[in-house]
Amino acid sequence: MRVNRIMGWIEERIDLSGARHLLQEKVVPVHRHTVWYYFGGMTLFLFVIQVVTGILLTLYYRPSAEEAYESVQFIMIEVQFGWLIRSIHSWSANLMVATMMIHLFSVYLTQAYRKPRELTWVTGMLLFGIVLTFGFSGYLLPWNVLSYFATKVGTNVAGVVPIVGRVLLRLLRGGDDVTGATLSRFYGLHIAILPLLTTLILGLHLFLVQKQGMSVPPDMERVSDGRPLRTMPFVPNFLLRDLFGWFVALGVLAALAAIYPWELGQKADPFAPAPAGIRPEWYFIFMFQTLKYIPAKVGPFDGEVLAVLGFGLGGLFLLLVPFLDKRAARGEPSPLFRWIGVGIILYIAVFTALGYLAPGGK
Amino acid sequence: MVNMFLGTSLGALFISVFYPIVKYLSPPKLAEPTAFSVTIPWKVTEVKANSGRIFRFGSRPGLLVKTPAGELKAFSAICTHLDCTVQYREDRQIIWCACHNGVYDLNGKNISGPPPRPLDPLQVKVRGDQIVVMKG
Amino acid sequence: MASESNVRLVRQLSFGLFLLAALCLLRVPTAAAMHACIDCHKGLEEERLSRPAKKIADDYHLVRGLKCQDCHGGDHTAFDDKKASHSLAKGFLGKPKRQDIPAFCGKCHSDPRYMRKFNPKIRTDQVKEYYTSVHGKKLREGDQKVAVCISCHDVHAIRAIKDEAAWTYPIKVSETCSRCHADAKYMKDRKIPTDQLKNYKKSIHYEVLTKKGDISAPTCPSCHGNHGATPPGVDSVANVCSNCHAATAELFAKSVHEEAFSDLGQPACVTCHGNHDVLKPSDELLAGGKDTPCNTCHEEDSSELKKGNEIRTHLQNLAQGIDRAEAILTRAEHAGMEVGPPRFELIEAKDALIKARAETHTVKVKRIKTLTDPAVVIAQKTVKKGEELMVQLQFRRKGLAASLLVIAAALVGLFFKIREIDRRGGSG
Repeated sequence: MRVNRIMGWIEERIDLSGARHLLQEKVVPVHRHTVWYYFGGMTLFLFVIQVVTGILLTLYYRPSAEEAYESVQFIMIEVQFGWLIRSIHSWSANLMVATMMIHLFSVYLTQAYRKPRELTWVTGMLLFGIVLTFGFSGYLLPWNVLSYFATKVGTNVAGVVPIVGRVLLRLLRGGDDVTGATLSRFYGLHIAILPLLTTLILGLHLFLVQKQGMSVPPDMERVSDGRPLRTMPFVPNFLLRDLFGWFVALGVLAALAAIYPWELGQKADPFAPAPAGIRPEWYFIFMFQTLKYIPAKVGPFDGEVLAVLGFGLGGLFLLLVPFLDKRAARGEPSPLFRWIGVGIILYIAVFTALGYLAPGGK
Repeated sequence: MVNMFLGTSLGALFISVFYPIVKYLSPPKLAEPTAFSVTIPWKVTEVKANSGRIFRFGSRPGLLVKTPAGELKAFSAICTHLDCTVQYREDRQIIWCACHNGVYDLNGKNISGPPPRPLDPLQVKVRGDQIVVMKG
Repeated sequence: MASESNVRLVRQLSFGLFLLAALCLLRVPTAAAMHACIDCHKGLEEERLSRPAKKIADDYHLVRGLKCQDCHGGDHTAFDDKKASHSLAKGFLGKPKRQDIPAFCGKCHSDPRYMRKFNPKIRTDQVKEYYTSVHGKKLREGDQKVAVCISCHDVHAIRAIKDEAAWTYPIKVSETCSRCHADAKYMKDRKIPTDQLKNYKKSIHYEVLTKKGDISAPTCPSCHGNHGATPPGVDSVANVCSNCHAATAELFAKSVHEEAFSDLGQPACVTCHGNHDVLKPSDELLAGGKDTPCNTCHEEDSSELKKGNEIRTHLQNLAQGIDRAEAILTRAEHAGMEVGPPRFELIEAKDALIKARAETHTVKVKRIKTLTDPAVVIAQKTVKKGEELMVQLQFRRKGLAASLLVIAAALVGLFFKIREIDRRGGSG
C-alpha cells in the first residue's frame, strides 16, 4: 500500500524502530480506574483545539486598547464563521481547565505521582500553572468591562504578596495601572511566551508518560498480587476510545458555541466605576471567595496577605507531594495524603459553589 | 463494512471541520473594523466653517463641528441630559439640544439648560484631505 | 527590691496620671457653651424658647460665623443675666412680628455691602422681589397667613441652598409650598384650588425629579418664581414652558393655533397639556377619541379632527415600526447575535419620531409626513436586518444539527470499530 511505501522511504533514512516498537508494544492496564486515563489525552485534545482556534484568531485580532474590542466584534460579526472560532476558543478554554483539574485530582488520588513518576507530576503541576496563566492572560484580550476589572482585581492580588508583590504587580501590568501596556504584554505572554514554555514542558511530560507507561493505583497492584493485570493495546484499542471521547468533546463545543455563544459585553472604560457583581472565571472563584470571607486582620497579620500565602503554600504542597509522601514512595497506600487531597477538592468545590450561591458577596 | 461506514463518517467530519476554517480564512466583505477610528465620509474641503454634521462613531452618533474660526472639533452627539441627539446651531454658533433647550459651547461645555455634564470630546486628525475621528 | 531610679519613675508616672484624671474631670468650658444666649435658652423649660437653641446647630449662618446676636442683637457675653443679655441698649430686637420678618431678614440680605463679605455673587433683591409677589402684597394688606421668609426657609435651622435637606431644595420644595397650598382648611377663605400637589405628583416632571433625581426638572418655583411667587398669567404661561421646551414653542408660534388661542383667551400649552398634571404626552392626545383636547374647540366630524387623526396615524405607524425593529433586534441579541450596527441605524428613526412628535404643534400634516416617511423606511430596513440575523441564527442551528449528526455517525462507526478490534483481541 501507498502508506507502506512512504514508511519504507522514511525508514531507509531515519531509524524509526524505537517509535514503531513503542506503538506496537505500548499497553494500557485495564481495571476499575482505567476511565481516568482518558482525561490527560482529553486535556491535550482541547489544548490542540486552543492552538488551532487561537492561531486563527490572531489573523484578525488587534492587540491595542483602542482596537482590541472592535476587532473581536469584527470577528463575531463580519468574519465568516468568526463567531464559531471565537466561541469555541472561549468555551474550550474553560472545558480544558475542567478536564485538567479532573486529570490532576485523579492522578493525585491514585497516587500516580509516586516513584518513579515524580518528574511527570512536577511537569504536570507546572503545566497547571501555565494553563491558569493562559486563562488569566487570554481573558483580558477582548478588552471588555468584565475582563478589564477582572484583570485589575487579579493583579491587585498579585501585588499583595509580601516583599515581591509591588514588583510583580508592575511587571504584570506594565506600569502601575491596567492600561494598553498591560494588554500588549498579556498578548505577548499568551501567544508567545506561554506556548514556548508549554512546548518544552508538555514535550517532557508526554515523553515521560510514553517512556514510563501508565501508572496503576497501589490497591489495584495489590489485588492482582503478582499476577499480570489485564491490558489493552494502546494502538488501536485505547487510541480509538480516546478518539471517541474527543469527538464527543467536539460535539459539545460546537453545541455550546452555537447555542450559548460567548458574550462580548461592553468596551472597557477605565473611568467608569466597576459594575456590580464583578468576578473572575469559575476556576478562580474559590480563591476570590476565600478573599471575601477572610477578615481584614487575622491577629497581627493582614488577612489578604495570609490568604495569598496560604494559596501559595497549597500550590507548593501539591507541587512537592511526591517528595513528601513517603508511604506512596514505598508503594504503599497513603490514606493521610488521600484525605488531604479529598479535603482540597472539597474546599475548592464548596468555595466555588459559595461564589455563585452566596448572597451579595459581602 | 464497519470500516466503510467509519471511513465515510470520518471524512464527513473532516470536511465539516475544514469548511468553516477555509471560509474563515477568506477575507470578509468589510476589510477592517471601523469602530475605533472612523474616517468621516466628507473631505476636509467639503466641511464649511460654522457648520456641524452628525456622523456614525462606532454604534453611537458623533457631531463634527467646524467653528467659525475654522477649527475642526468632534464630540459625542449624545446629550448628557436625557440622551437626545444634539445639533449645531449656525445662527447662535453653539451646540443645541432640541429636547429641553440644553446649550453647549464649542468646547462641549454645558452652559445653559438641563444638561448636567459636558459632551464627551473626540479626537480629530486630518490626514491629507481625509478627516479621521478617534476616541478622545 | 526597687532601685532609686525605679521609685522616682513610678512617682513621676503616678503624678502624671493624676493630672490627666483631674483635667478630664474638671469641666473645661467649650466654645459652644461660652455663648450666653444658647447656654441659657438650651436649659429653659418652655419648648418654644429652648427650640431655637437646639435647632441652631443645623443653621448655615452658624457655619459662616454668625450667631444669635447678629440677627436679634443683645449681649451674648452677659451670662446668667437676663436683663443684661436682653438689653435694649445693646440692640436687643427679640422676636420680630410676622409682618416685619422680611425687613428683619432683609437687614442683611438686602445689603449688598454686607453680603459681599460672605458671597460676592449672591443676590440681594429677594425682599424687593417678595413684595411683588402675591404673598408680599397680601402681607402688606395685613394678611398674617401668607408665606414669609421663614415659611419656606425654616427658622434657626436655615440650610444652604445646595443642602439636600433644605426645605427649598428642588426635590423637596413642592412639599414646602404644599404645607399651606395643599391644606384645604388653611386655604379655606381663598379662591384658589388646593389640589396642585396632588396633580403635580401625577406629572412626568415630578417623576423625573424624584425618581431620576434630575434637579433640572421643573417644580413649583420653576414656573411660579420663588420670592416673587405669582401664577403665570394666561398670556404668559407659554413663555414659562418655552424656557425648556423652546423648540416646541417655536413650532406652535408658527401655527394657526397661536392666533386662535390668543383670540379665545386660551393659554397655550396648558390648554392641551395641563399645568400641574403635565403627563408624558402620548400620540393618543391627537383626535380620534371623544375626550381628547381637540374636542374642546373642534366638532367631532370636522376636517380639523380628521387632520389630527392623520397626524396620529403617521406617528403611530412610525412608533410601531420602531417597536417592531427593537423587538427583533433584542431577540437576536438574546440569542447571541451582535446587533450594534443596526441599533445605531435605528437611532436615526427614533430621532425622527421625536422631531415629528414636536412638529404636531404646527398641525401641518405634510411636514410631519416628510419626517415620518423616511424614518419608517429606516425602521423597516432595521427589521429586515433583524430578520437576517435570525436567519443567520437558524443557519447556525442547522449547521450545528448537521455537524452533530456527522459526529454522531463517526461515534457510531468508532463504537463498532472498537468492538470489532476488542473482539479480535489484538492490533488492527
